[in-house]
Amino acid sequence: MKHITKAALAATMLTALPAVAQEQESATIGVSIPAATHGWAGGMNFHAQQAVEQLGERYDNLDFVLSTAPDPGQQVNDIEDMVAARGIDALVVLPFESEPLTGPVASVAEQDIWVTVVDRGLSQENIEDLYVAGDNPGFGRVAGEYFVENMPDGGQIVVLRGIPTTIDNERVEAFQQAIDGSGIEIIGMEHGNWNRDDAFTVMQDFLSRHGQIDAVWASDDDMAVGALAAIDQAGRDDIQFVLGGAGMKEMIQRVMEGDEMVPADVTYPPAMIATAIEMTALNFVGSAPVSGEFIIGSELITQENAEEYYYPDSPF
Amino acid sequence: MSAADTTTQTGGGRRLDFHVLGPVLALIALIVLGTLINTNFLSPGNITNVLARSAFIGIIAVGMTFVITAGGLDLSVGSMAAFIAGLMIIVMNATMSVMGVGLMTVIVGILTALVAGLAAGAINGLLITRGRIEAFIVTLGTMGIYRSLVTWLADGGTLSLDFDLRTFYGPVYYGGILGVTWPIIVFALVAIVGEIAMRQTAFGRHCAAIGSNDQVARYSAVHVDRVRTATYVLLGLLVGVATIMYVPRLGSASSSTGLLWELEAIAAVIIGGTVLKGGFGRVWGTVIGVLILSLIGNILNLTDVVSPYLNGAIQGVIIILAVVMQRGTNVSR
Repeated sequence: MKHITKAALAATMLTALPAVAQEQESATIGVSIPAATHGWAGGMNFHAQQAVEQLGERYDNLDFVLSTAPDPGQQVNDIEDMVAARGIDALVVLPFESEPLTGPVASVAEQDIWVTVVDRGLSQENIEDLYVAGDNPGFGRVAGEYFVENMPDGGQIVVLRGIPTTIDNERVEAFQQAIDGSGIEIIGMEHGNWNRDDAFTVMQDFLSRHGQIDAVWASDDDMAVGALAAIDQAGRDDIQFVLGGAGMKEMIQRVMEGDEMVPADVTYPPAMIATAIEMTALNFVGSAPVSGEFIIGSELITQENAEEYYYPDSPF
Repeated sequence: MSAADTTTQTGGGRRLDFHVLGPVLALIALIVLGTLINTNFLSPGNITNVLARSAFIGIIAVGMTFVITAGGLDLSVGSMAAFIAGLMIIVMNATMSVMGVGLMTVIVGILTALVAGLAAGAINGLLITRGRIEAFIVTLGTMGIYRSLVTWLADGGTLSLDFDLRTFYGPVYYGGILGVTWPIIVFALVAIVGEIAMRQTAFGRHCAAIGSNDQVARYSAVHVDRVRTATYVLLGLLVGVATIMYVPRLGSASSSTGLLWELEAIAAVIIGGTVLKGGFGRVWGTVIGVLILSLIGNILNLTDVVSPYLNGAIQGVIIILAVVMQRGTNVSR
């Protein structure tokens, strides 16, 4: 969050100097992202569209091409089209999957096109000029630390995992390390695929299987919604709280209102795509160096700071 | 494992019985397995959960049985359910701002779902019969259309029913009579009516006749196009009914709602003994097929023995086994 503000600040400073911007040659920036297949991706799409609109108005010399792909194959096609037909000078890509996108993005980079990779890293290093990502191990660690702090006497918890991916593995490993030795025991762990319906079903079965569950790490706000509905239905009062993640507006609202079942949330901002697009734009309108790595930390949201993270207009 | 053992033993005896009883034996084997794995398996709570979550796919699969029996196929039902759920939520939220939280708003929502289901089914049916386009192509097209429409309606995010309205409408999923929840009751009614329609009515017989050989059916004075269209309209209507049960559960719809429901429904129909090429349908078999598919997921969640990554593999093995059994019988006929 801190970093986002910095980037936004830098962008504002540059608008204060329109003369600089207009002297620049015109450039086309291609943005290729996965389609909105789940809540978080929906939020990411929203922020990408907003960033493209705002930057297009702010800098006359910049053109944007935005495409959303339902699968990795389509994303490769999109990128090839952008290079061949639109002659892009920069590519901002959030790879659908790391492996299949590595080759195509590497060949884009070889043609002297600026490459910004967002969130999911490529399988080979040093292809991209700029890497903007959330902190997945941090996401798990912050969640784990919250459990340790709020369950000083230990307890039994269940974990809902996301779609089987590297992202999910990194989060869960860091979470397990954080709760190691605290007396908190994971008595069940299943994939809810970042999906409300799947999480509802898995949580129902956890409740049938275990007579005593002290807390739930839902690891995602969509899954938290499903888990909470299943707990409501079972009428169980042994569960003290459900910790989600990502920062869905409905969940942030519940944190703000002091809901006992949803006392906190952990950020993994979909707005990171906007950070990436803005920083890429800066490369073409200013002289400030923007290459390198840029990791956006995962922060704990509690009732005290929830308001800062509440975006009522976002679809997520 | 034990499912396969049981069925092989019976198969050695009499082939025809084995064909009819195969799915039933598989279901019994799964129930025994579940009981051995976890004592809570037969608890009323778990049974209610499994039956209620089977209801969506189950209600749709009963309709799918008629479509497949008549030699058709519908790939659009999952997307259609998502689109109808999204439409229903938008209409109900809009009605609420005029009429408030109450029975009228819910009735408007339910009517929306039924009308949308009928219309969507009629579009599929008419394109297939009047437009003379392959069912696979038509419903592949509408599958993409409805999925995109719900994503567009939700602006890429999630459509949520107003919280108070969800609380008021919630009992349609969570409530019931004498501990049996509404989705289970509706699923049972749909299955019973479906079974009677398939076995006792001219409509059911016409479906089987068209699926066997539509030319012969046409010469036998069966209104082939009319019956075929009717199967898609019926399926669309049942998708609407399933959605009416689905929306109060979590009060939301998004682009991931109803994902792969079409394949689960088709798999359930085939496991139940209906022939994929058409000509023979068995509604009670479909019900067993749906229960088998949900029990596999349920049992895997109740145990740590098998990796959850293998859920799809186990379902796949069972589907293939079911078809192998059908093959065996058809040859012996």
